[in-house]
Amino acid sequence: MSRLERRPAPSRRMMMASPLIAALAMLATGSLLFFFIGQQPLHAFYVYFIKPWTTLYSVGELLLKATPLILCGVGLAIGFRANVNNIGADGQLTIGAICAGAVALTFDEVQAWWVLPLMLLAGAVGGMLWAAIPALLRTRFNTSEILVSLMLVYVAYHLLSYLVHGPMRDPAGFNFPQSKMFSESATLPLLVEGLRVNAAFILSLLAAGAAWFFCKHTFAGYRMQVSGMAPAAALYAGFSEPRNVWLAFMVSGALAGVAGVGEVAGPLGQLQPSVSPGYGFAAIIVAYVGRLHPLGVVLSAVLMSLLYIGGETAQIELQTPSAITGIFQGLLLFYLLAADLFIHYRIKPHKRGAYA
Amino acid sequence: MMSTELLIAFLASTAGAATPLVVASMGELVTERSGVLNLGLEGMMLMGAVVGFGVTLGTGSMTIGLLAAAAAGMLMSLIFGFLVLTLQTNQVATGLALTLFGIGASAFIGQGFVGQTVAPMPHLHFPLLSELPFIGPLLFRFDAMVYASVALVLLIGWLLARTRLGLIIRAVGESPHSAHAIGFPVIGLRYGTVLFGGALAGLGGAYLSLALTPMWVEGMTAGRGWIALAQVVFATWKPRGVLVGAYLFGGVTVLQFHGQGMGLAIPSEFLSMLPYLATIVVLVIICRNPQTILLNKPMSLGQNFKPD
Repeated sequence: MSRLERRPAPSRRMMMASPLIAALAMLATGSLLFFFIGQQPLHAFYVYFIKPWTTLYSVGELLLKATPLILCGVGLAIGFRANVNNIGADGQLTIGAICAGAVALTFDEVQAWWVLPLMLLAGAVGGMLWAAIPALLRTRFNTSEILVSLMLVYVAYHLLSYLVHGPMRDPAGFNFPQSKMFSESATLPLLVEGLRVNAAFILSLLAAGAAWFFCKHTFAGYRMQVSGMAPAAALYAGFSEPRNVWLAFMVSGALAGVAGVGEVAGPLGQLQPSVSPGYGFAAIIVAYVGRLHPLGVVLSAVLMSLLYIGGETAQIELQTPSAITGIFQGLLLFYLLAADLFIHYRIKPHKRGAYA
Repeated sequence: MMSTELLIAFLASTAGAATPLVVASMGELVTERSGVLNLGLEGMMLMGAVVGFGVTLGTGSMTIGLLAAAAAGMLMSLIFGFLVLTLQTNQVATGLALTLFGIGASAFIGQGFVGQTVAPMPHLHFPLLSELPFIGPLLFRFDAMVYASVALVLLIGWLLARTRLGLIIRAVGESPHSAHAIGFPVIGLRYGTVLFGGALAGLGGAYLSLALTPMWVEGMTAGRGWIALAQVVFATWKPRGVLVGAYLFGGVTVLQFHGQGMGLAIPSEFLSMLPYLATIVVLVIICRNPQTILLNKPMSLGQNFKPD
């Protein structure tokens, strides 16, 4: 028999290792799942997790899908650090996309450099305004930001659906529920010709870098971390909770909004009834798996992106259902939470009589 | 003007929309009264919906389907319970993980069921009573789950307020340390309430796919799990409040189907937003006064307890 023993101090090594353990456990479970649905586990494993790395095009796709995950994940991580749980990033992303779409369609005839920056600004402001609602209600009326931010996701979905079925529908689009394609100057430039990854990826890396600086080198970042780790100490030090809530929601709302711009001004090129396959929710997992650290988020976003792209590759080549991606995402977070046990505990082997 | 028939149809369908919320909220209420916050309600409801539908489709028996749905919900809550109660993981993060996992797993399980349908849950017929004008369609023509859910509210209300078990559940929720010190098995009891919550969430989900719209659609709960969570707060953790809240929300939800008939010239998308917006508004009204929450919320809600 062995039993768990509390470590004298949290293990830093384990803190780094636990996401890796979680990823490995997820891969192992994944192979098992492939086996159960009648796939050859090794081949399916190759198609799902290795193949996306083998061509330049699919690496481009990996970075393309990682972009909204980094943007949303970095913002959420800043909030989670301070115990501010914004789980409505998908709604803020959707509103960002709508605002950018409004700019793009308004200046459809204009061929100017400033259209794209204006779209990014509109998207960021839109995401911030949407995020301001849960922030205001939490700080002013004490309501759960978890529930409010989530409710607003569904409101945003319906708003987008209304717009593409009505006011923003392409008049020459045979009644399809989608907007006109955005003009050249309202589309993000590609990083490499032939790949679909665009300038938003660079923005996401800049955001991660800025977030790292914020968390590590600013007093506001420090205040937020203290509030998350030791709320009583933060209270005693006089750190304002409303300020943390506002800051977390404004940053994560703006970044999610920009992620929405990246989708409609990038791979989609127009407003559609849905602009995100749940990036805002996957970003919750990305934030946790990335240890709520901006640079960790970048790595875990690429892993999460691999789950999406691998799922698509496997769907085409092996006819596996695309829903497998969702299972993997959930498993990854379960395993991470379980592995985190060993940050604070270690297994102590039970000593036999001879040693006693 | 609204005709009488329309009003009756509206009120009667309100009960249908309210029932899954009542059932799922009551499970969560018991879980929360013992101090555990399970944010995985949406995921457990989806699993209940897909398993209940699939088993009913396969066996032809709705009873077996409902039992399977309850079992699926329990299995999901067991994952949550193991992580939170045994491994002491963060309740918020684990609940979110359960919801995300449930969304993926239910879509995976349900891919073969898309486009199929089962006979909807039969409506009961009471001799004479069901034939009464007005009162008949409003009270005596529902399916069994509608009546069962109301009975459930009364039963849980009685259980929490008047029985020893209810007292222990509340004691554990208020102060797990004291309860532990007197010798109550805090972790074991919390496993019980978590599993109970899972079973009811599964049943609530199955009601969606077997009675309300007898089919499986990916993500068909559409946030109802979260609304059910909010409902426990509206009800200030009291069973009767859940019943009132769920019927109010049921009414708001079915507005979108009856809105056109009532002559509301509002795009359907805006009517579809109403339940979510109403949830926010009611949350604000209830939570505005911190005293209300402080007085009623189980003291240890969301905090882990480690006996040693």
